Amino acid sequence: MYSLRNKICLASFIAVFTVSLSVHAQGKLNVVTTTEDLAAIAREVGGDHITVESIAKGYQDPHFVEAKPSFILRLQKANLLILVGRDLEIGWLPPLIQQSRNSKVQVGADGYLDASLQARILEIPQGQITRAEGDVHPLGNPHYWLDPENAKIIGREIFDRLARFRPDDRPYFESRLNDFLNRLNDAERRWVGMMAPYKGTKMVTYHRSFPNFAERFGLDIVGYVEPKPGIPPTPQHTLDLINEMKKANVKLVLVEPYFDLKTPNSIGRATGAEVLVMPPSVGGVKEASDYFKLFDYDLNLLINAIKKTGAN
Amino acid sequence: MKLHTLPLLLVFVITLVSEGYAQTSTVAEIDALRAQIDALKADYDQRLQALERRFAALQSQAQPAPATQTPTAAPPQTAEVPAGAQGAGGPTGPLPVYGGAAAGSKIFNPDIAVIGDFLGAAGSNKVNPEPALTMHESEAAFQAIVDPYARADFFFSFGEQGVTLEEGYLTFPAVPGGLLVRAGKMRAAFGKVNTLHNHVLPWTDRPLVTRNLVGGEDGIDDAGFSVARLIPNPWIFLEATGQVFRGDSSDVFRSTKRGDLSYVGHLRGYQDITESTNIDLGISYARGHNASGIVDDRDLGQFRTTLYGTDATVRWRPLRRSIYHSFVGRSEFVWSRRGQPNGIQSALGYYFSGDYQFARRWFAGIRYDRSKRADDALLTDKGQSAVLTYWPSEFSQLRGQYRRTQYANGPTANEFLMQLQFSIGAHGAHPF
Repeated sequence: MYSLRNKICLASFIAVFTVSLSVHAQGKLNVVTTTEDLAAIAREVGGDHITVESIAKGYQDPHFVEAKPSFILRLQKANLLILVGRDLEIGWLPPLIQQSRNSKVQVGADGYLDASLQARILEIPQGQITRAEGDVHPLGNPHYWLDPENAKIIGREIFDRLARFRPDDRPYFESRLNDFLNRLNDAERRWVGMMAPYKGTKMVTYHRSFPNFAERFGLDIVGYVEPKPGIPPTPQHTLDLINEMKKANVKLVLVEPYFDLKTPNSIGRATGAEVLVMPPSVGGVKEASDYFKLFDYDLNLLINAIKKTGAN
Repeated sequence: MKLHTLPLLLVFVITLVSEGYAQTSTVAEIDALRAQIDALKADYDQRLQALERRFAALQSQAQPAPATQTPTAAPPQTAEVPAGAQGAGGPTGPLPVYGGAAAGSKIFNPDIAVIGDFLGAAGSNKVNPEPALTMHESEAAFQAIVDPYARADFFFSFGEQGVTLEEGYLTFPAVPGGLLVRAGKMRAAFGKVNTLHNHVLPWTDRPLVTRNLVGGEDGIDDAGFSVARLIPNPWIFLEATGQVFRGDSSDVFRSTKRGDLSYVGHLRGYQDITESTNIDLGISYARGHNASGIVDDRDLGQFRTTLYGTDATVRWRPLRRSIYHSFVGRSEFVWSRRGQPNGIQSALGYYFSGDYQFARRWFAGIRYDRSKRADDALLTDKGQSAVLTYWPSEFSQLRGQYRRTQYANGPTANEFLMQLQFSIGAHGAHPF
């Protein structure tokens, strides 16, 4: 009797365990990204066959994210971690990965995808670099996702990983990737066309967040509110910048949503330039809810400001 | 006869044909051919010279080195023993230069960082005086991934007295069973302050409770094993840590034989309240032999110390302005039960602190301390501090602290403490 009850217990336990295992196996691939831009691209490729969560919010400075234990729980369950790389997350991602207890997302594992490896990276420093130049990124500027061409490369890389993890879903991911690439090609043509009349427009940005964006749309970034990357504005630098802007007739100041507007506004007052809060990331403002809407929002903002100020 | 005439005939015919051809060709074509031949000749000359040089180099290696070397030889991968250093039994002549040929091999060097901690003190303190100026600590950190299974972290502390290994451990981040395993010398997971290195504290010093009950600056820092596991539950982040140490930690634990180990346990719960606010709670336990019963390196008394601790941290950091504003409120309570020849000393200590970042580079904080002493629970020390910190950049900070301490056995100390911290090398992650 006793042993029978034991056997029933054991059998039911095994049954529950097996069912839970098979549910797990059929469940969606769990993708964690460091930023919302990568999450948006992963969502385009993975569709409803994956779940995607971003660690950083789009309106948050991605250099300074806190390594909260709640992120450890997310990484613990992840099948795939996609990061921006180029040392953008160096201040917070390594301890999260280390404490995740998840062998799949450790550095170099199959579930660790550094999205920057194939992308076109700008501003890779040459020769000797020191921190006298501020918080420079020795591996190049990590804000490379702001070029649709790089988004295509990232999309293909994400597709490769997803298809490797779920070979049965390969056709599904492939059709989604192709659809994404087609829509992005169309959108990119439209965006480049929209910006064509404003080629060469001069502007100033707070941080070096927009080199790839400027390159793609032919904009001319002539200065930065930060004297050096990661160094807050100084009065002397601000004064020099105002003089330069007056000389070159620069009428636009772009500020990322996570920077203080005090200095940019005073620059705007002194030069008559328009100060734009321009999100470099999906989710930076409510309207920029996916990768396409981010460019729609940013380019419309820019064009309206150019028209208003006659910056061109 | 026929055999001899055939090649002759052939040459004659070729000459005739070529002559005829030459007559029809232009001067330019001849020049072009000549140039081609010259180029070929030059090419062969170069190759021949290169071969000769290589042959000579091989010969010179096989035989004793000749008095003169050809200036065209590749830069030698050797270094000479410096002048004046010859003799004394050391090596002579050329020395090999390892790794000089392949700068790429340095890619596997660990991340290296050095953090300087320069302290100044003014005012009076008769009980625990610190020097006016001191290069308190230079911490050297070496960190790298060892292999696909482990990473290693070393922290050497260079002080005025010498060098100590503050921490040096191997971490296995992906052991089956969801465990995080560490082996080596490490700061024990007792509370919060005990786990933190000097340079990440929001003060120039450590609270009185740490000094009186948890081993002061070095704290519980010992050689041993650590196993930590996340406890799955649908509500909060919950982590349990168990550690076994040799049993030697500053003045808290002292071990005289192999069986006298010390044990530390910690349970941590964490929950996000909003995206900007979170709460972090912990309870800790530690037990080991203490020094009060040790006579001539033999633990005659077999007295033990047991520590119980609770810690609570509230953090606030608005994500949109995360680099400009933040607040951390923290408190730790520690209860020490120390067995001694004169009976068990039961001492309680605690601190409350708050640190507010009011601008990108500026932080202000206060701390209230109160602690009995581990070896004499009748003595109670109290302290109050106000701290102001300025960050020129992420890599340096300047801090001033006013500290008032009411000692149980001496006059009240009023001090102004100054700290300059600076870091070079790899950009380490910020602890949370």
